Amino acid sequence: MSVQTRATQRANMSLAMRAWNIRRKALLMGEVQGQGYIGQALGVADLLATSYFHALDYRPEEPEWEGRDRFYLSIGHYAIALYAALMEAGILPETELETYGMDDSRMPMSGMASYTPGMEITGGSLGHGLGIAVGAALGLKRKGNPAFVYNLMSDGELGEGSTWEAVMSAVQWKLDNLICLVDFNNQQADGPSRDALAVGEEAPKWEAFGWHAQEVDGNDIAALVAAFDTARNLPDARPRVIIANTTMCKGVPFLEQREITHFVRVEADEWAKALDVLEEGKPQ
Amino acid sequence: MTLASMARKYEARKAPDRKVATSAMIASLAAEGYETVAAPFGHALVEQARGDDRIVGLSADLSKYTDLHIFAQAMPEKFYQMGMAEQLLMSAAAGIAREGFIPFATTYAVFASRRAYDFIAMAIAEENLPVKIVCALPGLTTGYGPSHQATEDLAIFRGLPNLVVIDPCDACDVAGMVPEMVAHNGPVYARLLRGKVPTVLTRHKPDYKFQLGRAQMIREGRDVLVVSSGIMTMRALDAAEQLAAENVDVAVLHVPTIKPLDKATILSEAAKGGRLVVTAENHTENGGLGEAVARELMLAGTHVPFRMIALPDAFLEAGALPTLHDMYGLSVARVVAQIKSWL
Repeated sequence: MSVQTRATQRANMSLAMRAWNIRRKALLMGEVQGQGYIGQALGVADLLATSYFHALDYRPEEPEWEGRDRFYLSIGHYAIALYAALMEAGILPETELETYGMDDSRMPMSGMASYTPGMEITGGSLGHGLGIAVGAALGLKRKGNPAFVYNLMSDGELGEGSTWEAVMSAVQWKLDNLICLVDFNNQQADGPSRDALAVGEEAPKWEAFGWHAQEVDGNDIAALVAAFDTARNLPDARPRVIIANTTMCKGVPFLEQREITHFVRVEADEWAKALDVLEEGKPQ
Repeated sequence: MTLASMARKYEARKAPDRKVATSAMIASLAAEGYETVAAPFGHALVEQARGDDRIVGLSADLSKYTDLHIFAQAMPEKFYQMGMAEQLLMSAAAGIAREGFIPFATTYAVFASRRAYDFIAMAIAEENLPVKIVCALPGLTTGYGPSHQATEDLAIFRGLPNLVVIDPCDACDVAGMVPEMVAHNGPVYARLLRGKVPTVLTRHKPDYKFQLGRAQMIREGRDVLVVSSGIMTMRALDAAEQLAAENVDVAVLHVPTIKPLDKATILSEAAKGGRLVVTAENHTENGGLGEAVARELMLAGTHVPFRMIALPDAFLEAGALPTLHDMYGLSVARVVAQIKSWL
């Protein structure tokens, strides 16, 4: 199935609307728990919308379909964002939204493969996803399966040495079926990522390792669509990375303007306010 | 700056009268008279993979030193060189396993247990993936010092849920464990003896065959029951022969699967009264076979005289392996002396 066909099939709703729905679901889940990595979820919503409604091939009713593109969430704490995307994609039932983070829920606070359909790996111990993705990409090639492996990681994970082991190996094995997505929001637990380790110029660094690298505004859906199309259709026998510069809390201006931290504090009465503000920005 | 807490051994030395070379690998594990088999793991894996397309091999720049090069040469299309990157080795093995393959990932025991632990825990064990981790230089089997001596690997890996842990004694065990590891639908950590590996168990018990999860009596005896794993079963059998000459009758129960432990066999043998129970392991006294057996005896209310032969809770010296085995109590002579001292 070509990218165009897939996009057309799902074009009954705009990607902007999908991203808006993902943001809304994430806020509803945050409201249920009174907490959550909402800053990241709002920031990465456009990237997830483009992934699930433009790029990825999958069957909502059959999450383990052999032909699916694999989507690995290395950043387990972004689970709230992926749950929202999986619900929007019809892989998780929206009726379970209010179980988020509750005892006995299928949607724990940090993503785990054994709990949630569509959550391919257990992330959360950072720096694991890309290495697992290298193995999966090797396995797919062994089977002659043309699916892609996507690994969504954070800029904080660039500090893990294991990431760079995987970066080198992906080039060694010419993994043209591997697409790494870096959500670059420049926030990690203790503050700005750029204040913690010398991250430097991102795209040239990946290029120097032998990857095809693109750096885009991760909240610009048109730019994301173009980047995914380039990454998927590149004829080169090398892995591809899309570095998406995102804005934490995107779509809820009063949270965007708050002093941004890794774990954005939202007061009990602010969830409803955030949903109202989001409503005002609903795509036509 | 040398802090008060830091050990230093800087005193000048004289050349020794007798030259004993430091052996990096296991060249001299077997006592005189044991036959050896070359690279039993590599050959067994080739044999297994001939009929099983799920099997692949991965190494982190140590295929030659884990006998995986035999497999790589025989089946290059099934071998993945992952480079000197153990975290990647384990996560990539997890990824390949996710796609339906059975990866054998090899490195040294120190690097798997120390450097790659988080990746084995979360990418492999938590998901219960059929990754088979096979690691050379277990316990004290090199004279290179603590950087290469995996004296606490069993303690580390016993703590991991889902993971089966194997400590083989000889070439029979090493070859025999390969098909059983494949048949087991989950992750396995196996210690590896590589190079020329002695054949021990079938000499003492001709019909011996490795069985995953099973402890087996190799030798009967009335006075002492040695419960041992890995190369210490070899030491115990040799010690038993020497002690027999002194009218001490030593039984040897070989426990090549450390986890899950064959509690039933251990308890039933320990309950055959009147014997001193001695555990023997090529591993620190903390968290290995000895403590595992002691726990089972306590929980079962089996009150028997109990002693442990194990490495001390220390970073060990560098040196020639026979010297070190004597120093730390793993040599046949030391095993004999210790058992006699406890009778």
